[in-house]
Amino acid sequence: MPGPTLRETGVPEQPDVSWSVACSVSWAGLRRRLLRALITMVGVILAIAFLAYMLITDSITHALVAVNDDTLNVLLQRTGVDIFASGETDQMTLLLIGLSLLTCLVGIVNAMLMSVAERVKEIGTLKCLGARDSFIVKTYFIESSLQGIIGAAIGMLLGLLVALSVATVNYGGHVYTNLPILPVLKSLIVSFAIGSLLAVFASIAPAYMAARKQPVDALRIEE
Amino acid sequence: MPEPIISAKDITKVYRMGEEEVHALRGISLDVEAGEYVSIMGPSGSGKSTFFNMIGGLDTPTAGEVSVEGCRLGDLNSKQLAWFRCHKIGFIFQSFNLIPTMTALENVAIGRIFSGATPEEAKRDAASVLEQVGLGHRLDHLPSEVSGGQQQRIAIARALVNRPTIILADEPTGNLDLKTGEDIISLLNEMKTALGITIITATHDMKMLSASDTVVWIHDGAIDRVAHKGEVEIKVGTIDGETVM
Repeated sequence: MPGPTLRETGVPEQPDVSWSVACSVSWAGLRRRLLRALITMVGVILAIAFLAYMLITDSITHALVAVNDDTLNVLLQRTGVDIFASGETDQMTLLLIGLSLLTCLVGIVNAMLMSVAERVKEIGTLKCLGARDSFIVKTYFIESSLQGIIGAAIGMLLGLLVALSVATVNYGGHVYTNLPILPVLKSLIVSFAIGSLLAVFASIAPAYMAARKQPVDALRIEE
Repeated sequence: MPEPIISAKDITKVYRMGEEEVHALRGISLDVEAGEYVSIMGPSGSGKSTFFNMIGGLDTPTAGEVSVEGCRLGDLNSKQLAWFRCHKIGFIFQSFNLIPTMTALENVAIGRIFSGATPEEAKRDAASVLEQVGLGHRLDHLPSEVSGGQQQRIAIARALVNRPTIILADEPTGNLDLKTGEDIISLLNEMKTALGITIITATHDMKMLSASDTVVWIHDGAIDRVAHKGEVEIKVGTIDGETVM
């Protein structure tokens, strides 16, 4: 039977849902929307794979140029490397990397905005059930950050694999005898860090857009 | 006479569509007693959904005020409104609005989580309410894996899990066949009797009328007429303060 009325009790503020609970809700959602999540991730994977490939190839080339071996120099020149250039990464490479990262950023924002648009009704329903805006922000933020971080990890490994394969085709065993382990590791870490930061950064706007949806507008949408 | 659980006073709602003003509600006043089963009838576009949203604290009137249990909804901030929707209102929708990636249990439990319960408490309570609506054997199924009637039962369990005082059901039988629709109506009625919940439904469905204590017809943003159970004569409502038949 009904308890005391609101006039007697007053209306308190709705408590916040903790990050850990929001995390488990997002994770469960991601797992069951795996295909959709993978499509979003492909954008990150490709961009970060490209970044990692460029950085690692660059490190390998520098290491091989430094060896200054005659047969190796011929191989290097055959693939278009200017062996007399200074040891710095050329501007064209930097431009390409910048462009790939920009594409990655736009890709994640776009994919997340799509996902918000697809799930407007869901957001409205959750608000009817008593979800606060902060819960919606948290779940979307966690979801897209997770996609970004997992995507960046896969992309980094893919980039390494491709860079090593291409280098092996071009320079054969020289690659492994002169493999610049530290610079390659550094490239991997840089790619992963940039990818993750980018994903976290790109998820802020869609998360706030999602939370701003009014339940009335959300529910009016017919499927 | 006890205080009405819901009291709407002279509600108007005007939307702006570019240059044009659309009057969705033109001065609706309605009191609902605790434990009543009220059906709101009206064609689509009559303003019944808008009125519904006002009671649920989802929309604010342009003028007039809605009070629930003596508390004016217009005075609440967004966090208080979230609490109000979570604890006092159970929403049921025509298209069920279950979260497709959550199991029956999770769909029901999420409302308990919003109210501050731990995930374990939430799951325990959700399981017991699902049992009550006859879905104890479907806890781990996704909405896509059960029938329409069962989906609406999950939605009813979700609406009940925080022990609300009011259920707002917008065309709850609209997407269901005749028999399943009847089952859902009788389930709502059982819950009303067992838990003392006030039920307000918006409907086209004539079947719902026999279950109702009060029927309110809304037409063109105003109350056309109000009829109580067992009443032969049809009461007179008001449009813009003018008495009409």
